[in-house]
Amino acid sequence: MNQENRSNVRGGARMRLRGLMRKEALQILRDPSSLAIAFVMPVVLLLLFGYGVSLDAKHVPIALVVEQPSAAAADFTASFRRSPYFEPTSMANLQAAERALVAGRVNGIVHLRADFETRLDGQGPAPIQVIVNGVDANTAGIVKGYVQGVWSNWLQRRAEAAGHELAMPVRLEPRVWFNPDMRSRDYLVPGLVVVIMTLIGAMLTALVMAREWERGTLEALMVTPVTIREILIGKLVPYFVLGMGSMGLSVAMAVWLFDVPLRGSFAVLAATSALFLLVALGMGLLISVVAKNQFVAGMLALVTTFLPAFILSGFIFDINSMPVAIQVLTHIVAARYFVAILQTLFLAGDVWGVILPNAAALVVMAAIFLGLSRRKSRKRLE
Amino acid sequence: MTAAAQRSEHGPATTPSTTLGFANVSKRFRSGKRSVEALQDVTVNLRPATVTGLIGPDGAGKTTLMRLAAGLLAPDSGNITVLDRDATRDSLVVQASIGYMPQRFGLYEDLSVQENLDLYANLQGVPTELRTGRYAELMHMTGLGPFTRRLAGQLSGGMKQKLGLACTLVQPPRLLLLDEPTVGVDPVSRRELWSIVYRLVREEGMSVLLSTAYLDEAERCGEVILLNDGRLLGHGPPGEFSAELKGRTFVVEATDGLARRTLQARLSARAEVSDAVIQGERVRLVLDEGADAKAVVAGIGDGALHPEAVEPRFEDAFITRVRAARGRTAHAHAETGSIGQTQDDSEAAGTHDTGANAEPVIEVRDLERRFGDFYAVHHVSFAVQPGEVFGLLGANGAGKTTTFRMLCGLLPPSGGEVSVAGVDLRRAAAKARARIGYMSQKFSLYGHLSVLQNLRFFSGAYGLRGTYREQRMRWALDEFELGNVADANSQDLSLGYKQRLALACALMHEPEILFLDEPTSGVDPLARREFWSRINELAHAGVTVLVTTHFMEEAEYCDRLAIMVAGEILALGTPSAIRQQAAEGDEAVESMEDAFIHLIEQAEATGGSGS
Repeated sequence: MNQENRSNVRGGARMRLRGLMRKEALQILRDPSSLAIAFVMPVVLLLLFGYGVSLDAKHVPIALVVEQPSAAAADFTASFRRSPYFEPTSMANLQAAERALVAGRVNGIVHLRADFETRLDGQGPAPIQVIVNGVDANTAGIVKGYVQGVWSNWLQRRAEAAGHELAMPVRLEPRVWFNPDMRSRDYLVPGLVVVIMTLIGAMLTALVMAREWERGTLEALMVTPVTIREILIGKLVPYFVLGMGSMGLSVAMAVWLFDVPLRGSFAVLAATSALFLLVALGMGLLISVVAKNQFVAGMLALVTTFLPAFILSGFIFDINSMPVAIQVLTHIVAARYFVAILQTLFLAGDVWGVILPNAAALVVMAAIFLGLSRRKSRKRLE
Repeated sequence: MTAAAQRSEHGPATTPSTTLGFANVSKRFRSGKRSVEALQDVTVNLRPATVTGLIGPDGAGKTTLMRLAAGLLAPDSGNITVLDRDATRDSLVVQASIGYMPQRFGLYEDLSVQENLDLYANLQGVPTELRTGRYAELMHMTGLGPFTRRLAGQLSGGMKQKLGLACTLVQPPRLLLLDEPTVGVDPVSRRELWSIVYRLVREEGMSVLLSTAYLDEAERCGEVILLNDGRLLGHGPPGEFSAELKGRTFVVEATDGLARRTLQARLSARAEVSDAVIQGERVRLVLDEGADAKAVVAGIGDGALHPEAVEPRFEDAFITRVRAARGRTAHAHAETGSIGQTQDDSEAAGTHDTGANAEPVIEVRDLERRFGDFYAVHHVSFAVQPGEVFGLLGANGAGKTTTFRMLCGLLPPSGGEVSVAGVDLRRAAAKARARIGYMSQKFSLYGHLSVLQNLRFFSGAYGLRGTYREQRMRWALDEFELGNVADANSQDLSLGYKQRLALACALMHEPEILFLDEPTSGVDPLARREFWSRINELAHAGVTVLVTTHFMEEAEYCDRLAIMVAGEILALGTPSAIRQQAAEGDEAVESMEDAFIHLIEQAEATGGSGS
């Protein structure tokens, strides 16, 4: 082949790619479902998680049972009423409070016995009984901690009022870094962005490829001079753009609507997002090699990408508290690396010690998934 | 750049020595444990600048052959040469120089006509400066000019087919592969496609390989490749196939005392008759070699039958060859009248002939069905008498299936009245349903259940119990010759068997009315013949049969039929009345397809079929 012909071939490739991408863009614009997945779903999910779902315990209903009203008891219960974390209801006796707990009307009971004040003033330890509904272990733990917090605050104030320091051998002075308000939203939202990107990258790509198989359009495409590489790139680029658009929307909502701080640099955010999107697109393409109808593709994408991104990425459930076997398993979940990167970027900043190793893992996974899809895709129907 | 590459990338510079050549090609597919020989040792060479028809029953390997030629599949053994290139090794070069239209046209339905064309022009590397001229040419050829901005999904079946063709032609290919381009498309569009194909061959010297399930299309081809069960059964001009049957083909006119269907059934029961089909008012016969036509018809009717010798057709040759290849096992059903109905033979014939006076069993008045602002069915009225075979004829999308679903009570009508077996479907659909049998387009069988389990399930669903149920199941196995496949999963059956099983399931509760929605679509001509002989028996036994079809020649099997176009009835009556209605002047209309086309032209001449 001479020089001129080779440039013709390259020009042909450019023309073919342009044609494929234009086609894909038009299809995206005309198909309400893919636009909805890219732009409506992030908004809905972010609003749901941003406003609706919170792992913080606030306004927890508890029952207060005071057997013998006294000045000290009234002072103690008042500190519960002032706390933003509790919504206390006074109950006449322990039986009523227990019934309320069983019925689920309250999440805990704080019980002051009749001798609370006398014991407090003289004969040593004045017991406070705390009963917590342990069905929801997470909330139970938080309630227990908060009750202790309220109690120690009250004790300290009481000592100050009496004019002497509270004698304590050890004092705990906690500092919460990165998320001083301990708002769960601040770390849920970055994780949510990962889930959304997985959905767009893997699910959407797998579905639109399966749709082309189902409708027989891929068969017609294949009997043209187009190469399999061009078909794959023609799918990758438009959905990459769509995914980045959706990413931009999610970040904008996180920062401006939910006031999640973005402490890292925008450039690093964009670069790592692009990297993760490549991994997700690679998974989507790989699924489409196996699944040639939309139903199977959808189920496969759900089980192999979306659910792991939700459960095994550390987005909601902390990876370090998982059993070792599951912890090992999370290493093949690409979302886990990106959750780590995003939570760091949003809450801590450009911490290279976290970003670089996780980004390296993403590079490896992108190479594996894209390489496999390229190898497994044939311009053949079998 | 080599000469070969030059040729394959640019127009017809020199003629390749091989247009499309298969040398000892075999291809098998595995699905689970089963392995299917799709093609076995096929050797064939396409004649250049000719339309070659690829003909064969369903599952013969037509699509596999097409895909192998297009480089979409690799053969297990043998070589495939396309335009002097190896289709497997140089598939990219081959694909650049051929045009291929898959079965569903390969169009992007959410792109407009123009956008589809642009896409394929980009993929085929058509230089921008040449496009305007090429587009204009293609739009003129296909008549799609006024619709360039319409989405492909909103085109009619015929228009989609033409757009699909235009897309494969943006860069004029040397070899054009069309996989069943005319299936389910209305006869007018079919005819238009053929004239386009002829033009391409004549003016551009293109070689065309076209697969089809319509046997009458074979006669339009320059050459025919006949496939059966993955083996090559013959290759040559269609005339060569039919020439073998010279002196063995006759037509017999049905006389007063004998209905066409009865005559056909009695004739096909004769040992010397290898094929008997209804053709207009007559029955067409193909006799075994050396048989005497006079002797064959002598014992039938009142003896006044006169066999008249006619020219053999390709279809005659096809049926004879395929039957010979299969050892004549699938011979047409004899007139035994044993389909399990209790009515006496003569009595049934009586109701059949005087049917016009009886109360209609199905009555439809001004039936309407809207989907949004689109009328799928509009002002449809007809009545069906007991024991009648009534056909709804039309292309895909003409409203046949929608009408059917309303008749079965599966879809509420938007307007009009429907009564089936004397029951108003708007009030008591369930009551009517117990008296009807329904066989849907896709056969609605449970693929993972065996034949026996399917029969058991459907008989149970219809409320059959105890010994009666056992008796009906035995009847189904015997009557439909399903005994030897009773334990096979229904998804593994051939289409012909599936069709039989589906019909058996629909008949378990001995319905008085049988609805058949496209029962013969995709089924090979042999199975179709057998199927119609069963339908004849049912009608003979007094069952009312309503059937839809897009095979025009099947209309001849019906007592009366309605031709539907765009949701409306264009013509209604007996086949001969419809042919007469379509006839212009003294020119008689021979086939139902011609009648259909004439009627559409007449309707367009008088201001369209719209109301």
